[in-house]
Amino acid sequence: MIRLISPRRLKELGILGMNRRNVGFIGKYNPRKNYRLVDDKLQTKEAAIANDIPVPKLYGVIEYQHQIAGAVRKLDELDGFVIKPVQGSGGKGILVIVGREGELFRKSSGVLIDAAEVRRHLSNILAGLHSLGGRNDKAMVEALISFDPYLEKYSYEGVPDIRVIAFKGVPVMAMMRCATHESDGKANLHQGAVGVGIDIASGKAVRAVQHGHLVTEHPDTGACFEELQIPHWKQILDLASRCVAMTGLGYLGVDIVLDKFRGPMLLELNARPGLAIQVANLAGLRHRLAVAEKIAAQTNDHDEKIALARQYFGTGN
Amino acid sequence: MMASRTQIGLIAGTLFLLGVGLTLYKAVVLGFPLLPGEYRDVWTIESKINFKPTKGPVQADLTLPSNQAGWVLLEEHFASSGFGFTVVEENGGRDARWTRQTLENSTTLYYKVQAYRPTDTALDNIPPPPIHKPMLEGDQSAAMERLIGLLREQSSDTESFVSLLVGEFTKDRDAQDRDAQFLIGTFDEPEKAVLLAVLAHAGIPAQEIRGIRLEDGRRRQTLSSLLEFYTGDHWVIIDPETAMLGMPANFFVWQRGSGAVLGVVGGRDSSLEFALVSNSLPAKTVTGMEQKAHAYALLDFSIYALPVEQQGAFKGLMLIPVATLVVVLMRLIVGLKTSGTFMPVLIALAFLQTKLITGLSLFLILVGAGLWIRSWLSHMNLLLVSRISAVIIVVIFMMATTAIVSYKFGLDRALTVTFFPTIILAWTIERMSVLWEEDGWKEVLKQGGGSLIVAVLAYLVMTNALVEHLTFNFPELTLSLLAIILLLGKYTGYRLSELYRFRDLDKSA
Repeated sequence: MIRLISPRRLKELGILGMNRRNVGFIGKYNPRKNYRLVDDKLQTKEAAIANDIPVPKLYGVIEYQHQIAGAVRKLDELDGFVIKPVQGSGGKGILVIVGREGELFRKSSGVLIDAAEVRRHLSNILAGLHSLGGRNDKAMVEALISFDPYLEKYSYEGVPDIRVIAFKGVPVMAMMRCATHESDGKANLHQGAVGVGIDIASGKAVRAVQHGHLVTEHPDTGACFEELQIPHWKQILDLASRCVAMTGLGYLGVDIVLDKFRGPMLLELNARPGLAIQVANLAGLRHRLAVAEKIAAQTNDHDEKIALARQYFGTGN
Repeated sequence: MMASRTQIGLIAGTLFLLGVGLTLYKAVVLGFPLLPGEYRDVWTIESKINFKPTKGPVQADLTLPSNQAGWVLLEEHFASSGFGFTVVEENGGRDARWTRQTLENSTTLYYKVQAYRPTDTALDNIPPPPIHKPMLEGDQSAAMERLIGLLREQSSDTESFVSLLVGEFTKDRDAQDRDAQFLIGTFDEPEKAVLLAVLAHAGIPAQEIRGIRLEDGRRRQTLSSLLEFYTGDHWVIIDPETAMLGMPANFFVWQRGSGAVLGVVGGRDSSLEFALVSNSLPAKTVTGMEQKAHAYALLDFSIYALPVEQQGAFKGLMLIPVATLVVVLMRLIVGLKTSGTFMPVLIALAFLQTKLITGLSLFLILVGAGLWIRSWLSHMNLLLVSRISAVIIVVIFMMATTAIVSYKFGLDRALTVTFFPTIILAWTIERMSVLWEEDGWKEVLKQGGGSLIVAVLAYLVMTNALVEHLTFNFPELTLSLLAIILLLGKYTGYRLSELYRFRDLDKSA
């Protein structure tokens, strides 16, 4: 017999379901015309720079198939870089090159690939293989992020990123997503990445889950999650809240990475953030969203919203 | 949000009540049965008369069918723009007569009749007509005598004699009796005329029966003939093409006895063709139609008012809303993942033609083989549009191969493979293959399985007798369905899948 949780219990816990998220939050607070800004990573980057939000440096954009050969020759001069589809979704089609081995490129997983493979990847991106609705797309080449060494041990072969859900300028819930061997270096929870709930007040880990089950340490690196304290926490909350004003989207998922030299940087935005963050935090979004609504009604001041959020949403450890 | 909720509520409420109200009106006041109950196959037979006019006045006469052999005629329609029209009663039968002084272009005249067969009775036992012996050449007469003599020796009574005779005529030319061969060769007439001549010569009263072999959805059907002969106390029917005794199933008797069914004066190249559609109607409805064949206003509300050829299309069309409801329920309430929102509906529609088991196997074979070929295509590094086009062409080839191979193995059902929507299959294969590369085979199984489950459910609902009955007889119920779908669009409760997904949240809380 499959064990289920009763809908009443879910409601008590304040868990936000997919239908309510779509009708009550995304449909209501996220005007469709503002989606372009978050779905197109180039536009996101431009807007972020205009708003003084730090982002990874853009090396270049490849728009047409005939530009690929020239672009790959230029990439030869770089040690590390990241290739992304401009309109990719869910972390699809991202190629991370962390170093060189003669003519070959080393991926974050340690696998070596040659220039032809890079060209093929670029061609697929332009053809729209990884993009929403299979539309033709552009590829962007970005600087490699130098992870904060403190977080490096929490991720295996991939970028640990921090997802903050912000509602009406109030940070509501946060988690860190740690790639594992099983998730193939990707930070997707349903592929086996570890989700670590983060206390809004302190930036400390609340608990960590993999495949919906509690874990205490990273399955590959053995790093203990209990000791985790995200550095630059205040800056992270500040950055996430500012993105709401920047995009005009009331309900927003903000993905942030920590760079060794430049601190928190905006990686990408998501107008339809997932619900798994509730499992990582063992907390429902509905109650918090209701509180956030009150906070937003109370004050318009950016710093005050964050302060109130830290006061209300702290779990007290 | 309250405002938009109330608005949706009001609209949905109005639509729902309108749908249910109309249904109840039809059920209670007009006597349409709500439950399927006993069904009758009602055939709609549409005859088209085509001809090219010559100079002078034009007159077209069509012999009309009457209630014979248990067939009951329900409703008749005539269409004749610009023609004078009368129905003439002549020696027991009825003729439709279209007349016009001059006519420039070739024209089409229509006669439509609805008929059903409540009882499987035989034709009336009319007295046999006088026998007119055929005029024969000497050698023809001798051949006929020899043939009759030979068959008389082999047979015990009139029935077996006629069976043997017709059987001789249906044989391959090489296997035929010499005399029969000779008769067919020297008579400058169709075989059935030769048969009638032989029967007349043998002193057996016989005549032709003209009628239509009924096939649902058939267009351009032409008149067929049966033969009937008199055994001394009753008539026996024999099919001159198969030599089978008795009335074939689904044979609609148009005219008994010889004589032209269609006569056109002042025209040439005339032809008579029929379009046929069968509807399963509740017995009660049919009885109603029979009683008030002309004053039955409620028929104007239903799909039966449409031309024959469109009725069949609407039969299927009215089922689609029900299938979409299944998709909405499975996605919003249950939370199944499907590949492409309404792909399952299209697959279910294909299943309607192929039947479930054949459909499922064909689908799995096509998608499986498609995925395999697609994985090979992905190594060639093609641009998206040409890759999908390539997949479409591969899918078409696979459909053809499946059809040919299975036909050779005697599996006729697999021929229905053409009902699968090619483009949708190609996109499904493309999506699944990308999903496989990015999220692994588990996700492919999850979404593919989800789509198939929804498709099968939609199929089961669409083939349900009650659903079929209600959607076709009460199309206004679709309004109520629309109301339900609108309301579901505002459903913010949990999905069943979420009760599973979040099941562990309870433990430590």
